[in-house]
Amino acid sequence: MSTIMAPNVKAVSAPGKRTVYSMCGMCAVRCPMEVTVENGRVTWLQGNTHDKAIGASLCAKGAAGIAFEHDDQRPQTPLIRSGPRGSGQWRRASWDEALDHIAEKLKATVEQHGERGIALSDRGGAFNDLARTFVKAMGSPNYFNHDVTCGGNVHHAARATYGFSHAALVPDFERTKHLVLYGRNLVESLMVKEVKAFTAAMSRGMRCTTIDPRASATAAKSTRFWQVRPNSDYALNLAIIHEVLKQEAYDKSFVERFVSGMDVLRDAVKDTTPEWQEPHTGVPAAQIREFVQEIAGQRPGVIFNPGWMTARHKQSFHVSRTALILNALMGNLEVPGGFIIGKRPVFYGRKGLKPLLDRPPAVTEPRIDGAGTTHPTWDPAIGALHQLFAAMETAQPYGIGAYFAYRHDPLTAMPDAEALKRALDKLELLVSIDVRYSETGWYSDVILPESTYLERANILAQLPGPVPVFVMRDQAIAPRFDSRPAWWIFREILRRMGKMEALDFETIEEIWSWQLEGTGVTVADMREAGIVRLAEAPRLGTRDELKFFTPSGKIEIDSALMAKAGLPFLPPYQPHTAPTGDQFRLLFGRSPVLAHGQSLNNPLLREAAPEQRLWIHPERAAPLGIGDGDWVEISGGGSYVGRLRAYITKWIHREAVFMLHGYGATVPLATRALGVGVADQRLQHGKLYEFDPAGAGNALTETVVRVRPAAQQGATA
Amino acid sequence: MSIYALRHDAANCIGCQACEVHCKSNKNLGSGPSPCKIISTGPIDVDGVPRVRHTFMPCFHCEEAWCVKACPTGAMTKREKDGIVHIQAALCVGCKSCITACPWGTPQWDPATNKVVKCDYCMDRVDAGLQPACVTKCVTGCLSFGLANEVPDPRRERYAHYLLAEPARSE
Repeated sequence: MSTIMAPNVKAVSAPGKRTVYSMCGMCAVRCPMEVTVENGRVTWLQGNTHDKAIGASLCAKGAAGIAFEHDDQRPQTPLIRSGPRGSGQWRRASWDEALDHIAEKLKATVEQHGERGIALSDRGGAFNDLARTFVKAMGSPNYFNHDVTCGGNVHHAARATYGFSHAALVPDFERTKHLVLYGRNLVESLMVKEVKAFTAAMSRGMRCTTIDPRASATAAKSTRFWQVRPNSDYALNLAIIHEVLKQEAYDKSFVERFVSGMDVLRDAVKDTTPEWQEPHTGVPAAQIREFVQEIAGQRPGVIFNPGWMTARHKQSFHVSRTALILNALMGNLEVPGGFIIGKRPVFYGRKGLKPLLDRPPAVTEPRIDGAGTTHPTWDPAIGALHQLFAAMETAQPYGIGAYFAYRHDPLTAMPDAEALKRALDKLELLVSIDVRYSETGWYSDVILPESTYLERANILAQLPGPVPVFVMRDQAIAPRFDSRPAWWIFREILRRMGKMEALDFETIEEIWSWQLEGTGVTVADMREAGIVRLAEAPRLGTRDELKFFTPSGKIEIDSALMAKAGLPFLPPYQPHTAPTGDQFRLLFGRSPVLAHGQSLNNPLLREAAPEQRLWIHPERAAPLGIGDGDWVEISGGGSYVGRLRAYITKWIHREAVFMLHGYGATVPLATRALGVGVADQRLQHGKLYEFDPAGAGNALTETVVRVRPAAQQGATA
Repeated sequence: MSIYALRHDAANCIGCQACEVHCKSNKNLGSGPSPCKIISTGPIDVDGVPRVRHTFMPCFHCEEAWCVKACPTGAMTKREKDGIVHIQAALCVGCKSCITACPWGTPQWDPATNKVVKCDYCMDRVDAGLQPACVTKCVTGCLSFGLANEVPDPRRERYAHYLLAEPARSE
């Protein structure tokens, strides 16, 4: 096949009306979706009704998919930088020219640093088999996902304690009696299926305790709200565990059989009484006792959500871990109303998709971040991305010459863009593969436009769950511009490096057929409904089948991985001093209409997006002379100063200020988002290399900012 | 009033604005007009816990519709068979009388066409036996649509569930 032809699926431009099964691409949740195509145009998007958990629902971001497709403000051809990095000087290039250019730079990198000098980061998820295969085929161990600024701490806590990821814990909301959330803003983060199940459960009478220094939309739906001091949730958990043990409000038979290290736990919490935690968290001791009395009558239908975005502070790993320990104490695993453990196909006597990752030869080079080796609690399958940037700067333990940011925007996602740019400046090659202009794309050497989620097909994905499923994103329409699907882009780079065997496929259907070999499922089956369930109905595992993939086979409070890493199992709580005067902890969060930095340039979402305001407590705002609606200046210690209006409310803790993330973009060609609001990540000065040592997650909410009334009222251009 | 009801179960609404964008997307609207709108206020303090109030503002499809009376060209029309108030774009001259007349500001100005657009319950979908776009794709299912007496009303049922759940809570 010529390398200049876009590889469309057959009959993509066929006339008439048809339904294509796909997965939404407007955020990283990837909801299953039905696309109505009429004469080559998308006319309707809705949830895939073959998946009862979502029905036809889609969120505002999903609804804005057609507007995104029609938007011209996205890269339309490969672009090669023609001026200094970040100058915005580009020249259009053909795919052959851009890919040849990349291959040439990669060869120079390999010559200087070896194959290990090539790295890639993405945002993980169901399709990441492809990107991991690309990196492995390159001969490099350095694949990273984005989890240092997302779920790294909880992922690693679950891995160290249960032996599998928290992603395998599926809440049985239909029967849950009480849900406990640590800043987990599930209403506004908005995974459609989760929110549907949550609101249905709340209608049914489920209790929900939300622990957050700020009243999010989730707090506004909860039955209990603990407005804790910022970064104090670990102290809260130590006290809850103390009280659970004291009141003997736990499942003794479950603990006896499935938990190792109760002595370690008893010792760690012997003095962490409800009174002890009160000055740390601000939650009255009596309320902790009352809470424990309540859950004692509700277990095992009590779920402590271990967190999602857990890149908060240097003990966030232990917040997740103590939540996971609390779930074990509730005995809520694999029981109705608790967590159903995600099943692998073999549980139902089925075979899973063949991983592309098995195709390239093994890579023996050590990972640059020491994940899985010098840092045993860090999962080598996802890595610790900040350590890649540290290595770029220092060339230690070895040099990195080329970096692919694949639909990932570290200059928005990671703290301290100034520090990150210093690291990126050391690269010989920075490539952004994306459907839009990201901050990182704008700073890249080459932008490769990936076809949008409606214009491309992805590899098949397998999702664990009570019933594991295969899901597909089929191609709905032909690309509007000179873009390509990722599998083709990666194959073409590998081809130029003489390493194409790993992705030696001519069409996506060929890849699908290979993935499906031996599963008893065909491409035609997949296309019938976009989703194939590997069992008729879910089956709960028996106690005898319950297995934890730790060395002991039990839930390890005395984690073998942590012992190997020389980490304390349950370290003492590290208190934080309260910022005073004009200083505040900076908290950030989500709007339900925005997905991080990727949505604000969408015409419909820009319109729906709220004005970004700085939440500040009235008792802290008054002495600073800040009134509701006033313009304020906010700085994090670097050269960046943001201006936005104040929102005076008692629903933000006195010690903190809060703002939405995803604003303050600087790419001139994305005109609707340009200069709108403040980039919280640029206020997280000095935080690029500050992280929880056990879980690798960045300590983002330890950021302290200064706030003062703006000298002049009004936005800066 | 039209024979239909579009019910918003505010207690089950999360204010995610999906309805607004589904509506706009279905009507191919760009920036500006919003035929339906979720107005969220708060957080406010209700017995010590934060609460956000959500109000859904589509068109009420009035019996004696101000907009229909104000329209000088007959573009704004009340459909005989079911009372849906809709606008015929070909007859709209963009005078904005309907926008002025409506007590709730429901008719919307579309700068792309220099005409008015408004909620018509997606009557092409209704005629095809489907539900309006906002209802079809609502995230939580808090919107429902149908003949006025047949629209599911979850409020009584939920109240009963709350009463039942109460003893479990105090245990």
